[in-house]
Amino acid sequence: MPATAVYPEPLLRRVEVAAPVAAAAGEAVTQTGDVKIATEHVSISYSEKVAVRDVSLTVQPRSILALIGPSGSGKSTFLRCFNRMNDLIPGASVKGEVCLDGENVMDPQVSVVELRRRVGMVFQRPNPFPMSIYENVAYGPRRRGQNDRRKLDELVETSLKRAALWDEVKDDLRRKSGLALSGGQQQRLCIARVLATDPDVILMDEPASALDPVSTLRIEELMRELREAYTIVIVTHNMQQAARVSDVTAFFTMAEDRAGYLVEVGPTGQIFTRPTERLTEDYISGRFG
Amino acid sequence: MAQLTNAFEATGLRAKPGLMERIDLPRRVVFLAAASMIAIVALLLAFIFWQGIQLFVKDGQPIGAIFDSTWNPLADTPEFGILPFILGTLVVTAGALLISTPLSVGVALFLSEVAPNWAKSVVQPALEIFVGIPSVVWGWLGITVLVPWLSDTFPNKIAISMPLVGQVFSMPGFLTGFSWLAGSLVLSIMVLPTITSVSYDAFRAVPQELRTGSLALGTTRWQTIRHLLIPSALSGVLTAVVLGMTRAAGEALAVQMVIGNSPTLPAAITQPVTTLTSQITLDMGNTVFGEPWQDALWTMSLVLLIISVSSVVLVRLINKRRIGQ
Repeated sequence: MPATAVYPEPLLRRVEVAAPVAAAAGEAVTQTGDVKIATEHVSISYSEKVAVRDVSLTVQPRSILALIGPSGSGKSTFLRCFNRMNDLIPGASVKGEVCLDGENVMDPQVSVVELRRRVGMVFQRPNPFPMSIYENVAYGPRRRGQNDRRKLDELVETSLKRAALWDEVKDDLRRKSGLALSGGQQQRLCIARVLATDPDVILMDEPASALDPVSTLRIEELMRELREAYTIVIVTHNMQQAARVSDVTAFFTMAEDRAGYLVEVGPTGQIFTRPTERLTEDYISGRFG
Repeated sequence: MAQLTNAFEATGLRAKPGLMERIDLPRRVVFLAAASMIAIVALLLAFIFWQGIQLFVKDGQPIGAIFDSTWNPLADTPEFGILPFILGTLVVTAGALLISTPLSVGVALFLSEVAPNWAKSVVQPALEIFVGIPSVVWGWLGITVLVPWLSDTFPNKIAISMPLVGQVFSMPGFLTGFSWLAGSLVLSIMVLPTITSVSYDAFRAVPQELRTGSLALGTTRWQTIRHLLIPSALSGVLTAVVLGMTRAAGEALAVQMVIGNSPTLPAAITQPVTTLTSQITLDMGNTVFGEPWQDALWTMSLVLLIISVSSVVLVRLINKRRIGQ
């Protein structure tokens, strides 16, 4: 632990993610159990500045983990280390381990391209490509060498259906540009685009913050459906959203040196009704942040 | 309502906005600047058009006569076929673009996608210096370095033979080095900064979110450039090429110094040709105002003008499509 660590001692406590059911019964789930992603002492810094300090948590398969906390608490930065998007930022360095199915993705031997295929990402602002709806969805598979017209058609259809967009766009898939859709539709297109690459994990960085309330609800419904097949990690500013969709919630905040850290993580119901930490309670009840 | 209006008139309030307009000097100055620019362009176009049609109106040449390949203004029955110059301009420009476009787009992609900051801080000033070099310097370099090198290196017939088929291609070697290729090479260097900087802007205009979106789907950087960036920036790159084309077609001095100025139809890249611009600069000192020869030169200016106006229209059309997509 660096000597500059000035944040209060009790907050260093590491909390294991417990399955909602198991937690209700007061049982801790061990690392050897059903774990999709596990981070071990992850710290992320940009040049000199520490952005995230010493975060360890686990995510279960087919569950939704919500990362909440005030702006600057490092939740988005932390999310981006799951698919190594921080590699793209000059001067960013990540310490610690991020294990996907027991394999450390921070290992230089790991193929980033393969990792990102398995860990898809949806961004805060919908970013459809300036091409047809069909080509947007087929973009990932095509880059992986899938050129069979029938297989692509099938893949585009199932992906759009899963993203609950098929009925709205099926009539002009090839004619209409992805940019011509509404904001909510664009975001569902981006989700379909990720699904087409057949990932295990989907990362969502405030996926609904640029959308209207109706579109937001549709995205939330969609997340609940996708949870059946995928592991989802979502960053959100909206606490109601975290409460509505997630199984497990992790609360991040900033230390006095402005480095983000994990305050506590636990089943969503517990975090929102009887959090262990005073800081969490203050944030949940709107007393700060 | 009527009462209100009358009341205003009675107090004289209505006159005041007019007064304000009269003292609005800055607005008048900028309006005058814009109006004079439009007037200058309009007068210029009208003048060149008027001079350009004199060959047909005053000298009685049929319009079709200019699309002849014989240029002989001094003969007893002078012939004003400017087809060699039109074609010369087109092929020398095309050659320059063929050489320059891949290079320029490559440099633009390097600068916008690959280059670390220190490399940018070297390449960008280098490009600006390129723009600042006067065309006479490029022409002179062409004469002293490029032209002799071409004639020394490829003096003999160039032929390509394939087994079974035999000779598939042949062209004469560089007799003097003054040639279509020399003109295209010199021009390609001169248009390089134009195409590079305009396509660089087109690549930078592609939102960063699209790049991260593509990379997050598990594509490589090259795939992102090839399948996302280039298609997204295509209309901007086309605009860059058309602007380069305008610049190349309009360049006179440097081209004239290296292409040999032979008023014949372009046959091979090793042979001398001539262009509209170089022929105008060569001939204009020898002509008298109002004689058919000079009228023919004005007609050539008009053709050049038509080429550059159509490329401006082309750029507009390309950009319209970009906004509409």
